Amino acid sequence: MAEFKQAPVGASRGTQFMTWVDNRFPATKLFKEHMSEYYAPKNFNIWYVFGSLSLLVLVIQIVTGIFLVMHYKPDAALAFGSVEYIMRDVPWGWLIRYMHSTGASAFFVVVYLHMFRGLLYGSYRKPRELVWIFGCAIFLCLMAEGFFGYLLPWGQMSYWGAQVIVNLFAAIPFVGPDLALLIRGDYVVGDATLNRFFSFHVIAVPLVLLGLVVAHIIALHEVGSNNPDGVEIKATKDANGVPLDGIAFHPYYTVHDILAVSVFLVVFSAIIFFAPEMGGYFLEYNNFIPADPLKTPLHIAPVWYFTPFYSMLRATTDTMVDVLCVITGLAALLAVLKGSGKVKVGAVIGAVVLIVLMKTFDAKFWGVVLMGGAVIILFFLPWLDHSPVKSIRYRPGWHSALYAIFVVFFLILGYLGIQPPSPIGTLVAQTGTVFYFAFFLLMPWWSRMGHFKPVPQRVVFQAH
Amino acid sequence: MSDAVVDRSRRTWIAMSCGAGAIGGVAVAVPFVASMEPSERAKAAGAPVTADISALQPGTKMTVAWRGKPVWIVRRTAAELAELPKIDGELADPKSLRTNFSTTPPYARNDWRSIKPEILVVVGICSHLGCSPSDKFTPGAQPSLPNDWPGGFLCPCHGSTFDMAGRVFKNKPAPDNLEVPPYKILSDTVVMIGDDSKA
Repeated sequence: MAEFKQAPVGASRGTQFMTWVDNRFPATKLFKEHMSEYYAPKNFNIWYVFGSLSLLVLVIQIVTGIFLVMHYKPDAALAFGSVEYIMRDVPWGWLIRYMHSTGASAFFVVVYLHMFRGLLYGSYRKPRELVWIFGCAIFLCLMAEGFFGYLLPWGQMSYWGAQVIVNLFAAIPFVGPDLALLIRGDYVVGDATLNRFFSFHVIAVPLVLLGLVVAHIIALHEVGSNNPDGVEIKATKDANGVPLDGIAFHPYYTVHDILAVSVFLVVFSAIIFFAPEMGGYFLEYNNFIPADPLKTPLHIAPVWYFTPFYSMLRATTDTMVDVLCVITGLAALLAVLKGSGKVKVGAVIGAVVLIVLMKTFDAKFWGVVLMGGAVIILFFLPWLDHSPVKSIRYRPGWHSALYAIFVVFFLILGYLGIQPPSPIGTLVAQTGTVFYFAFFLLMPWWSRMGHFKPVPQRVVFQAH
Repeated sequence: MSDAVVDRSRRTWIAMSCGAGAIGGVAVAVPFVASMEPSERAKAAGAPVTADISALQPGTKMTVAWRGKPVWIVRRTAAELAELPKIDGELADPKSLRTNFSTTPPYARNDWRSIKPEILVVVGICSHLGCSPSDKFTPGAQPSLPNDWPGGFLCPCHGSTFDMAGRVFKNKPAPDNLEVPPYKILSDTVVMIGDDSKA
């Protein structure tokens, strides 16, 4: 327990008040630890604004969400009408709703960029594994929020999107159909489903999400931020124990982030006021038709932020499963040729079991596995990357090229997920899916290869 | 760390209390998970529905809702019926023997998958991911369909195709034929869906 402090004689009322508070709650201590005496590397670049921005979007989503719930009705007979009521009759309701719907897409834009920053500069490497894992869990929660929230307007796309995704769970062998029934609470997506998705969207997932955000920040502030050079600034400290290359988060980075916030809000407002539907990408046209359980729209596609993963699901046909079996076989063969005794036996047994399983269950189930696996594999990134340096700046040039191809494939997969299925599209999506998994699963080998540049002792920084 | 001797009996009691607490916690979870199962009202909503098919013209389809799902009733033409046995080779399960998605009732395990040959009754939900396929009754080449298309249904979501008896074509995402619900023909003009008892 901290010592009971006395404000100095003749101190201002403000100081007296803070002394009173600090004796009862560590307000000043917390502010120092996380803001004014949290030392962040001085060489942050533009990539480092997306963390603060995602916090801003989180606040926007929570505030607008609270006000939307005041008018929305989670009832299959009333939901669609209540959203139209918000758009037309509630004063400024259209603005709040567009802020929320645009905010959802903005959230994924900033989070994808934030994650890519981590990938570029090795921000997930030791000792920041838990920062990264909490972050991946936040990403999962966001996807759940996006999915549950999309059902609420009860339009055609809401309804059939939920129908398809819930049926994905039915593809799980043995327990699938019962699990899907448990999620829907009815034999088809209906009123029961809408009610529980509402509950998940407004309370269950946000609570978990907020807890994870706190854990993400606590973990980050424990280990300290990474930087574009991937140099540990804590290794070089001055006489007071302050990192020589660190600057206080407040005021330096709070001011820095205000600039980013301003630019972000300019773009965000422009979209809200001039293109809230973003040509059907943020709000799909079919969702302006009330849900009709008897008729599927001619083309259904998820919202853009799910499409890279949705493409992987669609790409998993019987042919794709055969290709995966061959790849598994080749991997086992390679292990037998190169590995030692135990590895050989393990690889052969593992490969045989995997191939038998792949041929036993439907391609549909493996599509679900690939889609889920594409997200889950991110959790293991800290242990997949064996590169001797953290930052892309000191890695071989062809590593950058590999990252570029990865980004291009991710974007192509996203594009294909919006399009109706076509034979060429499926082939490209299959190639992209194989590349995506190869990128991560072969990382323990390729990340070690090539000529690495020497990493400096201190961060590289030129004052402007 | 204290150097005091560990009192084993206290450790045992702590472990037992934790165990009992865990069992209690799991037991409390049971009603919460069970509350997410379909309610009694949802189960009761599965009552049979009747459909008047007197106005259904040959070559057309009508849709009725049963348990919240679309059930299609199609009055097939003689030409469409004649086509059915010819395409068995292109189908994944022409005799409707599979049971993994749904089991076709014995009275529909025939060439036309129905009680009365011309009246097809199927649940209009694709066995892949639950979309409702659209009608493509006109035979011949057309967008997203093969050139020798015999007429049937096309699922807009992932491109599965079904013939005029709701049987799925080979090498499509859908793993099984469209489900035939329990139904019976009450008279020439009335079909009852959801009940196939003889009485």
